[in-house]
Amino acid sequence: MAGAKFLKFDTQSLHAGQRPDPATGARAVPIHLTSSYVFSDVDQAAALFNLERPGHIYSRISNPTVAVLEERLATLEGGVGAVCTASGQAAMTLAIMTLMGAGGHIVASSSIYGGSRNLLAYTLPRFGITTTFVHPRDLDGIRAAIRPETRLVFGEVLGNPGLEVLDVPKVAAIAHQAGIPLMIDSTFTTPYLCRPFEHGADIVMHSCTKWLGGHGTAIGGVVIDGGRFDWESSGKFPTLTEPYAGYHGIDFSEEYGPAAFIARARAEGLRDFGACMSPMNAFQILQGVETLPLRMKCHIHNARKVVCFLEGELNAAKGAVAWVSYPELVDHPDHALASRLLPHGAGSIISFGIRASGQGGGEGGSREAGRRFIESLTLFSHLANVGDAKSLVIHPASTTHAQLDAEALAAAGVGEDMIRLSIGLEDCEDLIDDLKQALRAATKG
Amino acid sequence: MQLTVNGTPVFVHTGGREIDSARPAARPAIVLIHGAGMDHSVWSLQSRYLAHHGRSVLAVDLPGHGRSGGEPLDSIAAIADWVIALLDAAGLERAALIGHSMGALVALDAAARHGTRVEAVALLGVAERMPVHPDLLAAAHAGEQSAIEMVIGWGHGPRGHGGAQGGSCPTPGLALIPGGRRLMASIRPGVLGVDLAACNEYGQGADAAASVACPALFLLGALDKMTPAKAGRALAARVKSSQVVVLPQTGHMVMTEAPDAVLDTLTSFLSLRRG
Repeated sequence: MAGAKFLKFDTQSLHAGQRPDPATGARAVPIHLTSSYVFSDVDQAAALFNLERPGHIYSRISNPTVAVLEERLATLEGGVGAVCTASGQAAMTLAIMTLMGAGGHIVASSSIYGGSRNLLAYTLPRFGITTTFVHPRDLDGIRAAIRPETRLVFGEVLGNPGLEVLDVPKVAAIAHQAGIPLMIDSTFTTPYLCRPFEHGADIVMHSCTKWLGGHGTAIGGVVIDGGRFDWESSGKFPTLTEPYAGYHGIDFSEEYGPAAFIARARAEGLRDFGACMSPMNAFQILQGVETLPLRMKCHIHNARKVVCFLEGELNAAKGAVAWVSYPELVDHPDHALASRLLPHGAGSIISFGIRASGQGGGEGGSREAGRRFIESLTLFSHLANVGDAKSLVIHPASTTHAQLDAEALAAAGVGEDMIRLSIGLEDCEDLIDDLKQALRAATKG
Repeated sequence: MQLTVNGTPVFVHTGGREIDSARPAARPAIVLIHGAGMDHSVWSLQSRYLAHHGRSVLAVDLPGHGRSGGEPLDSIAAIADWVIALLDAAGLERAALIGHSMGALVALDAAARHGTRVEAVALLGVAERMPVHPDLLAAAHAGEQSAIEMVIGWGHGPRGHGGAQGGSCPTPGLALIPGGRRLMASIRPGVLGVDLAACNEYGQGADAAASVACPALFLLGALDKMTPAKAGRALAARVKSSQVVVLPQTGHMVMTEAPDAVLDTLTSFLSLRRG
């Protein structure tokens, strides 16, 4: 007997969540720039407001253009549903606010995006939610940090900027043993390289601004529900298992089963916190998602070539490169894990250390060499982003991770000498030529 | 809401309003009966609406499914008798029965054999016979993921599968196929096998249809691969008072693929009004 057929990843990147516009036949996704939607009658209006019928009321809560992107990303990740948000930070905040209130506690990887770290370490404590940071390779530490009031374990597939690989299956098992979910920020890997739900994660979030959008044009985020976590059995999530007065006593777990989390994230989170995605941004990000498989192949191809070049510099006499970090390198501590979790490639972020030379050696010298290197590049753009079609460069210690003190910088693996590259889609020979000349310029002085 | 039926704890979702068994004329009851390997949450786009449109709703988790205890019942007739026992447990004399797939056979059988207890039936994704391929039966009995993939894959039309003309879940932001897959994965191993065997072995559909005296609505998906609309029409032709609605671009999962059309049809069939 023939098995059932499902459309494959590349096809879903183009089609999931969309059908030709029934009113016009438009093949591309229309940009529905409307705040609100006409009700057909009073009963339909009341039914929409009481969650009796599906549909759009007001674009803060849902919008047809944004819904296409949400369904497409949920499909690509294998999740039951998604909510798109104004930014990746908004996605993370929405997920946390849906799961817990004051008194909640999070166990997070210490190697995460600086903005996420700021939210967890400095801002959420003001609202009574605290976080314990643990190195992503310290599985015993993660287990030990979980307390009775812990409601979430959080990490990135690829640490930022240290490129540690999180052992998602093992961390998921630790979280589940404690009756709590694992949320993964999968921005660096995209569903093309890793689908965390297949490895045990319960919630996935992305900054869509990065590889999903892929062109550095639109800010956006998404939170996706894997639909597997049993909120009822856990007993730790009253927002999902107890009556909610905000919708006349609705119990989201009872009402929506596997989609309880994402239903509440929209019905309460977008309604009340309001960090929705603009339909214009959703359209821009959809254009990126259509070519995600093609772009990721090229990102990986170029990243591997650049790593090869930097390795050559590392091994050369008087080479300007002190170290190179990329999970596909055999000397990377997570090489074996990366081979298992990321068989199609370990992303297009490369970290490396620039060697200080002459009298300016040491930490200060590294920073100065880093400054000269970045300012000498002509093709790489110096800016605070990753995952653009264009190649990018930044010095994390003085920018994205500048709010961290020395101890936190060390825990996050951010040294003064670290340069982070985001490899784009240019001809990789041009990229290598640019790196070559900038390294020469950096080490001259 | 928790009930006890035949000594076993049973979970019933009531759509956000309590059932009113004391005043059956004010809010007549509707029982929503899910299909094989599923639970009450497949009706999330109907149960809340019905409960706020003049009906007492019992979206039940059948024995062994969802939040209900006990073991799954192994024949359509046994489940039909159980539904009547559910009415007894809830203190209800009569109810309309709305069933999907296996649940539709249950509703049909109950209406045929317990006519005084059934006000009307609405049958979604139904056919006189529901033969199940031996490979699928074996995989379901073994609790293999491939069984879920077959049911979910064949069960959805273009709104689930997507493609150039399909795509687009009616509920903003949800994805039908992963949602169905997760729901079925949450059911206890082996339950799907018992359910599918009950469907496979049910051979009384034609006789039952001829015995149905109450009004019957047939809601069929034009692209249903599991219970083709043609077979549903044939069954409807055997019922004395039947109405057939075939929904375009819709597969077997009628209530999740075309929730608004289902509600609009039910509104007319059951004369629903807000309240």
